[in-house]
Amino acid sequence: MRTGLALLCAVLALASLALGPVDLAALWARDPELARSLFIELRLPRTGLALLIGAGLGASGAAAQALFRNPLASPDVLGPSSGAALGAVLAGYFLGAGVIGMAMGGLAGAGLSLLLLLALAGRGAGATRLVLAGVAVSMLLGVAINLALSLAPSPFALYDLMFWLMGSLNDRSLPQLALAAPLILIGIILLLRAAPALDTLALGEEVAQSLGVGLSAVQARVVLAIALATGAGVAVAGSIGFIGLIVPHLVRPYVGHRPGAAIAPSALAGAALLSAADIAVRLLPAGLDLRLGVLTALIGAPFFLCLIMGRR
Amino acid sequence: MLEAIDLARPPMLAPTNLTLHPGQLTGVIGPNGAGKTTLLKALAGLSRGPGTVRLDGQPFRPHPQRLAWLPASRDAVWPIPAAALVQLGLGPAAAPDPAAVSAALSACDALALAHRPVAQLSTGERARVLLARAIVARPAWLLLDEPIANLDPGHRLDVMALLASEAARGAGVVLALHDLDLARRCDRLLLIANGAVIADGPPHMVLNTDQLGRVFGVQHGPDGWVRCSRFDH
Repeated sequence: MRTGLALLCAVLALASLALGPVDLAALWARDPELARSLFIELRLPRTGLALLIGAGLGASGAAAQALFRNPLASPDVLGPSSGAALGAVLAGYFLGAGVIGMAMGGLAGAGLSLLLLLALAGRGAGATRLVLAGVAVSMLLGVAINLALSLAPSPFALYDLMFWLMGSLNDRSLPQLALAAPLILIGIILLLRAAPALDTLALGEEVAQSLGVGLSAVQARVVLAIALATGAGVAVAGSIGFIGLIVPHLVRPYVGHRPGAAIAPSALAGAALLSAADIAVRLLPAGLDLRLGVLTALIGAPFFLCLIMGRR
Repeated sequence: MLEAIDLARPPMLAPTNLTLHPGQLTGVIGPNGAGKTTLLKALAGLSRGPGTVRLDGQPFRPHPQRLAWLPASRDAVWPIPAAALVQLGLGPAAAPDPAAVSAALSACDALALAHRPVAQLSTGERARVLLARAIVARPAWLLLDEPIANLDPGHRLDVMALLASEAARGAGVVLALHDLDLARRCDRLLLIANGAVIADGPPHMVLNTDQLGRVFGVQHGPDGWVRCSRFDH
């Protein structure tokens, strides 16, 4: 399955590189320099970010569901996504809405929300406590985002920030890719390395411990990795919902429902899904400016509902 | 040899000193809430508190071949096929060992369930699959919390025979149980009440004490066990 998903990602990446308002092949004939810079500075980062952010969300979702032993868990429940959104919004206010400033603010927000989560949950907290602390942090940050929006300096700033929060990969540039890529990749690698321990966790926390899984260490590593993989994504692209929740459900039947084994294919499927969604957004008629985050939620919510109804 | 030295988990378990021997089937009996699970979990190194546990003279460190813990809970979150679940008992990142998995499943009369998702099994079937998970790595110690609860009479006898054979291969088997008739098949019984071991010895001794009647509020009459007042001396 991994080979198939990797091939799908490659095909979608090529399609994403080829697609856009400008026909690059035609432009190449007239102005190779412009075509080259369009390709490198717009198409490449957009395609790369779609793959990476999707992979980060998919892997994080699979890991969150494995860690909390709950099929309804998603990376959002831990708070770093909201933290990244709040950080980016605040940076947008105080540093101006420069994309790099907002991304840095987003990263700081994700990091701070992670520290808040760990402080609230306490050392060696069980999964239940961790998820409760995560929900509390997410709610708090969500309110803080609303407060920040309602105090927007101008209607234009509010409009910009609202749009940014909806999630999009429009006009992303190489520096944003360079900022997010290493963090997301480190997060995914950490999650992949935790996969065997997360598989064992399917037997319950006590049994996993008796089999030699260091529970607190695994929890700390996985939470950090989820914060990296999702926080960095939100910091550059805004909130993109439902990928982390849905993708593990699509993938798990093919890995014998082992929660840790689902992490790698979830990363690939997340990358493919977000790339496909980003292509779809670009193919929509020009007047219909549907945001990427809105599209993933529009498809994701009913899909998730079907998944739950079908399982009964 | 599994030793508990001043092992205590207040308020559930008073300071306890115990030496458990490999090759023996040790039963832990006592009323609900007496502290059986607390004792077993402390022995398995799964709870923090005063006292120490030593395995062959060394401080205990968890390892699949050293000690297996079977909790009383039969929960299964993921619909993992039984065989894949048993494989997980070999430890994180252990190489797949279909032969060991099949042997463990068939020892628990669960080979026919190998491909069924555990979440869809009945509680008793799941109990047998989870027991197979506990024995698959052939650990030196088996600490089992009510392994025969939820089982039908035939499978209860099977599992007691299986545990006796595990003890015969040299494993130390410690199990909590409520079936006082099957408890006779143990080599040694620990009677627990109010967080303390109040009787310790071969079953014929522990099961025939007045203490047993006082602790459980039962007596052995001509028609089997009958209820009596717990405070009737």
